[in-house]
Amino acid sequence: MTGRATRTFVPFALGFGTLVLFTLALEALIRAGLVNRFIVPLPSQIAGAFGRVIAEEDIPHRFLVTARESLWAALLLALFGIGFGVLLYRVRLLREATETWVAALASAPTVLMYPLFLVIFGRSETTIIMMGFVAGVPAVILKTIEGLAGTRRVLIDVGRSFKLSEVQLFWKILLPAALPTIFVGLRLGMIFALINIVGVEFLINFGGLGQLINDLAERYDLPGTYAAICFVILVSVVFFFLTDRIERWLRPVA
Amino acid sequence: MAETGRLIAPAAPPIAPVTLVRVAIIVFVLLFWEAIARSGLLFRDVVPPLTVIGQALIALLAETDYYRHLGVTAGEIAIALGVGGVTGLAVGVLLGGSRLLARAFEPYLYYLGPTPKIIFFPIMIMWFGVGPGSKIAMGVISCFFPLALSAAAGMRQIDQVLIKVGRSFRAGTWAMVTKIYLPAMRAPVVNGVRLGLGVAIIGTLLAETKLSNRGVGFLIINAYSTFNMPRMYALLIVVFVLSIGANALIGRLGGVDQIKRA
Repeated sequence: MTGRATRTFVPFALGFGTLVLFTLALEALIRAGLVNRFIVPLPSQIAGAFGRVIAEEDIPHRFLVTARESLWAALLLALFGIGFGVLLYRVRLLREATETWVAALASAPTVLMYPLFLVIFGRSETTIIMMGFVAGVPAVILKTIEGLAGTRRVLIDVGRSFKLSEVQLFWKILLPAALPTIFVGLRLGMIFALINIVGVEFLINFGGLGQLINDLAERYDLPGTYAAICFVILVSVVFFFLTDRIERWLRPVA
Repeated sequence: MAETGRLIAPAAPPIAPVTLVRVAIIVFVLLFWEAIARSGLLFRDVVPPLTVIGQALIALLAETDYYRHLGVTAGEIAIALGVGGVTGLAVGVLLGGSRLLARAFEPYLYYLGPTPKIIFFPIMIMWFGVGPGSKIAMGVISCFFPLALSAAAGMRQIDQVLIKVGRSFRAGTWAMVTKIYLPAMRAPVVNGVRLGLGVAIIGTLLAETKLSNRGVGFLIINAYSTFNMPRMYALLIVVFVLSIGANALIGRLGGVDQIKRA
């Protein structure tokens, strides 16, 4: 095995091996009666519940519902987040006046407004989509401004030397140069949106994957609840991993 | 007579244009809100007039029961931040101090960190009951990840010279942590605490809105259940102001601004 392969394999084996060992130890402790199986079900039971939950709880449909809500939130984020970001970049005074407000909004616990959104939009997908949008939009605005403001002066000068109009300069120079940073903002925004979408689905017991966890927990189906939580974590991890890869792929363009 | 050519600085405008724009935006938003509230376009009370929200805010702040609930939530968040902070810091220092451990376990933290933590609430209820224990646990798992990742990143940024100085003085593990690592990691750790506080507040309050009979989260969902919208707006204003204030306070106490300026 080469040195590089060893450097990659050893940490992976250690991390994954620890996870497997922990699971086996938990199985043994529960079987020995040292951990209450009515609080923590056997890992083997959880693994067995995966198939049942996928088949009986219509996971593909629930997954599509959450994906649809996320897609709508992403579209709103791209439209309004990038739009406001461009506006604030172009109107300097407005940007200086409001940038700190947008940053404060990014750190504010906006998800707590979900009862308010319930009153305004009702117990519907719109509430869930809007909660996702509100959580993600500050990150998209801030990163759009950062990307556009960080365009290298020499690129803008090249555009001006070709006598590009302001619109041409934006589409041919500023936007392509800012795209990797804007994507970072969209990725961050989507992460915040997805957290809120699944969270609000769980809290208001409506929609896709979040509602499934609430349903199973209320039925006291412990292996099913744990399996559904593992499934949501898996979906989140795959989403973050894929967007992370795309972000890394875009980065050298900058 | 010839001009002396003295340089005169242009007089600064009495009010900065940025301040004027800010005031204009605030006034516009408030007037727009009031117009919508009085127009009857939306259901009554969904957008209450500003005076009604102001009255609800005053009534809330004058209520002794509110402070009891605020105390419960503040206590839960403080314990969550303490437990999550200490464990997060310890894990971060461990991961940041060993390349092998970091490469083995940090990807798990990195990808688990942004998952929606509220979905763990049913498990926390089974483990810690329906009382404050499950809310504290939600706060702990919320703030653990940003703190651990910030501490690990901070640990890797420590100047190697400082570590060599500590070792040359034969400092033990505890002395290295308290005299070298933690002071050198101050900025990322304080930032981690700020992030951790934000998510701990969210985790705790969301858990209170889901299943509780005390705390500010309970008051918010109770206002929703009784359709007392002015009170809900008042509670949200208070929560937002306290969260942003606490965040700014930690930043100031941690001296992050001074570190950045230095």
